[in-house]
Order: sequence, then structure tokens, then C-alpha cells
Amino acid sequence: MSKPKVAFYWCASCGGCEEAVVDLAEDILGVVEAVDIVLWPVALDFKLSDVEALEDGEIAVSFINGAVRLTEHEEWVKLLRRKSQMVVAFGSCAHLGGIPGLANAVSRKLIFENKYFRSPTADNPQRVLPRTVSEVDGHELELPEFLHDALPLDEVIEVDYYLPGCAPPPENILGAVQAILAGELPPKGSVLAPDKALCESCPRNESKPDVVRIEKLRRVAFETPDPEKCFLAEGYVCMGPVTRSGCGERCIHANMPCRGCFGPTPEAADQGTKFLSGSAPLFAADDEE
Amino acid sequence: MQNGEFEPKLVGFLCRWCSYTGADFAGISRLQYPPNLVPIRVMCSGRVDPTFVVKALAEGADGVLIAGCHPGDCHYQEGNFRAFRRYPLLLKMLEQFGIEPERVRLEWISAAEGEKFARVVSELTETVRALGPLDWKGRTAPREDGVQQGKREVANV
Repeated sequence: MSKPKVAFYWCASCGGCEEAVVDLAEDILGVVEAVDIVLWPVALDFKLSDVEALEDGEIAVSFINGAVRLTEHEEWVKLLRRKSQMVVAFGSCAHLGGIPGLANAVSRKLIFENKYFRSPTADNPQRVLPRTVSEVDGHELELPEFLHDALPLDEVIEVDYYLPGCAPPPENILGAVQAILAGELPPKGSVLAPDKALCESCPRNESKPDVVRIEKLRRVAFETPDPEKCFLAEGYVCMGPVTRSGCGERCIHANMPCRGCFGPTPEAADQGTKFLSGSAPLFAADDEE
Repeated sequence: MQNGEFEPKLVGFLCRWCSYTGADFAGISRLQYPPNLVPIRVMCSGRVDPTFVVKALAEGADGVLIAGCHPGDCHYQEGNFRAFRRYPLLLKMLEQFGIEPERVRLEWISAAEGEKFARVVSELTETVRALGPLDWKGRTAPREDGVQQGKREVANV
């Protein structure tokens, strides 16, 4: 029997998710032995034509990271969807939009202005902006178009599973790959992480007082948090109450509050508003009456 | 929508102890006010999770009213203070989403203030009517080609 074919692809991503795959260290050898990698732009030289040459559904699973930000990403993920039996949204950006998704708070025009004119490193006196088509010496050159918004993967194609995290921890990646190879998977559409909130597995949960009262909002940029105490009770914004666990509390162990990269728990329809709902009443305000 | 004119759809989260009774009182007093608000009775304005407000807006409401007991009158001592603390943050968040914060209003309406209830609903209806439809789906829905169509300004490049 031939080995199952696996593809990795990146869209608007920082490369951290690729790093996480490499972080499998020697475990990656076992993965490579069990599967046949047919696409991995960051590490191996495969072209679009190589993927197009495959039969529909020939790839067993595609791991796609990054948000969809360019028409190029859109074309690639649609192609991979057609060629793959299973698509896994890999990492926070593909799962929910992640850091690139923050750009949706401002217009495309403003993004271009900041990037090409206003940023301290921009030196662009001719005010050149990237165009989808430009003519150079009689040749037409094409660039992909910048979409109106950064989209999570499932707004563009159907996604079978979500592997959350920024980046997903190597143990979770290995667990997911093994589950796929063994065919032991939860129902389609599942997020491959526990449903519980991070607080439940947080080593600092014990130190949380019965009534959390935030006297002063603190920021890790200006102060060093107490290495033992609950961040929220100390006044640091920690997304633990509304975020899925399963990350191994990497940030907490590094004395950093949770940034919510594993996405909302199933109960929290919207991570941000849920956190707002839960945290706003904790602020001790004396002037309200 | 009648005669092609825009009729705002409003959702009201009314506290069971004061504001819902206040709305009842407006009815008993036969006060006239616009029929645009769909009241939802909640146990306390402190129960109104900002997620509810966002959900109402996402599913077709053009505006939302949150109404509770006057400060100090809360049946649960401090539930309305919770609503009061969440409200400014919610408005700030809506603003970042590109939604006019005037669409969401927090008011203290006691059981005896039927007149105030009628006035607040009239005012909110007119405010939202002037702003026009929220059209959340149109603002956020992906276009057929997958390119998201927003009301945001598009770079002319």
C-alpha cells in the first residue's frame, strides 16, 4: 500500500506554524516515514503544477496555516480542498483569523498607506503601490490582489478539523497526525483540543481569590507579574476564563498572561465579548455611585 | 418595512423587576410609542451579556435597548452596576467594529416610569431610523468569490 499523501500550505502567516512542525524534532522522522509529503512550500520544492497533476482527493490530509488575505491564498486553498480528503485548519490564523485578522479593524486603504508611505522604514517618494497588473518593458506582470479582509480558512473552504494555537504545540500536532493515521478522529468540525477553559488546568488557579476584584489594571510591558498569583486577580488581562485549554500553559509558565490563542471555549460564542462580559464587573470602581 | 420606508427593528432587554414592569405600566397608562421594540424579559440588567447584544445585532436587530433598575434599586443589590461597567466597553468594541454606538442604549427605568419607557423607545427608534439599517450581514458577509464585501473604504489600487 502506498503511503498516505500529506500537504502543508501557508497563507498569511508568520512561519511560526511551520516552526512548530519542525519542533516535532526527532518525532518528525516517524511522521515522514508514515506519510508522503507532496507539498510544503517552506521546506520542499513543489510547484503549483505538481499539485494540479494530482487526482482529486488524492491527498489524504492538507494542513493549512495562516489567514486568507490574498487571491493567491484563495486559489491555493480551493485547489487543496479539491485535491484533499481532509483539510485541517492549522493554528490560530487559519482557525479564527489570528493576528492578521486584527487588520480587519481598519480599512484596506489605511493598511496600504501605513505600510507603503507612513511607516518609519518606508522610503517611497514616488508613492508606488503594488498593483495587480503592471507593465514593464512591454511585459505584463501580475501580483495577487489584497482581499478586503483577512479571512479564517472556513470562510473560504470547508474545513474538517481545527488544530488551534499560536503555534499549535508539537505534542498536539503529533497527537492529531497519529489520530488521523489511525483513523481515530472526533466528529467532523471538531477543534482538536479540550473543551475546558484554560483556568481549569492553570497552575495558578489555586491562588485565585473567591472574589476577584481588580483595583488597578496592569500591563506586562511595564510591570513584572508575581510568578505565583492569578494574573486576573492581580490586574493583568488574562484570557484564560474564555479560552480553550490544551496548550500546556506555555505562556503561564513563562509568566505571561493568556492571550487566547486557542480560541473560545464551546460555551463562549464570541471570545472577546464573553471576556468583556466576565471581566468588566470585576473592576473596582468607587465613582460609580 | 412599509411603503419601502425603513422601520427600525429594536430588541429590548428589560429587567424583570423595574423596566419590564415600567413597560407594562406604559401600556396600562395607554401611552403611545412606536411598536418597533421587541421586549425580552431578563431577570436583571446584570444578566445581559454583551454577547446577547452582539447576537441581536448580528441576527437582524438595528438597535438594542438595555434597561434596568435605577442605581441602588437593584433587586440583586448590584446587578445593574455590572451592566453599567460593561456598557462603555461594549460601546467601544462596537465602534471598533464600525457600528455606530448610538444603536445601543442603556437606561434606568423604574416600574413607575412608564412615561420614561415610552420616551426612551421613541427616542431610540428615531435615532436608529436616522442612522438607517444596520445590515450586519451585508457588512460582514463574504462575496460569492470569497472576497469579503464590507462597507469599509476600499483602496483604489
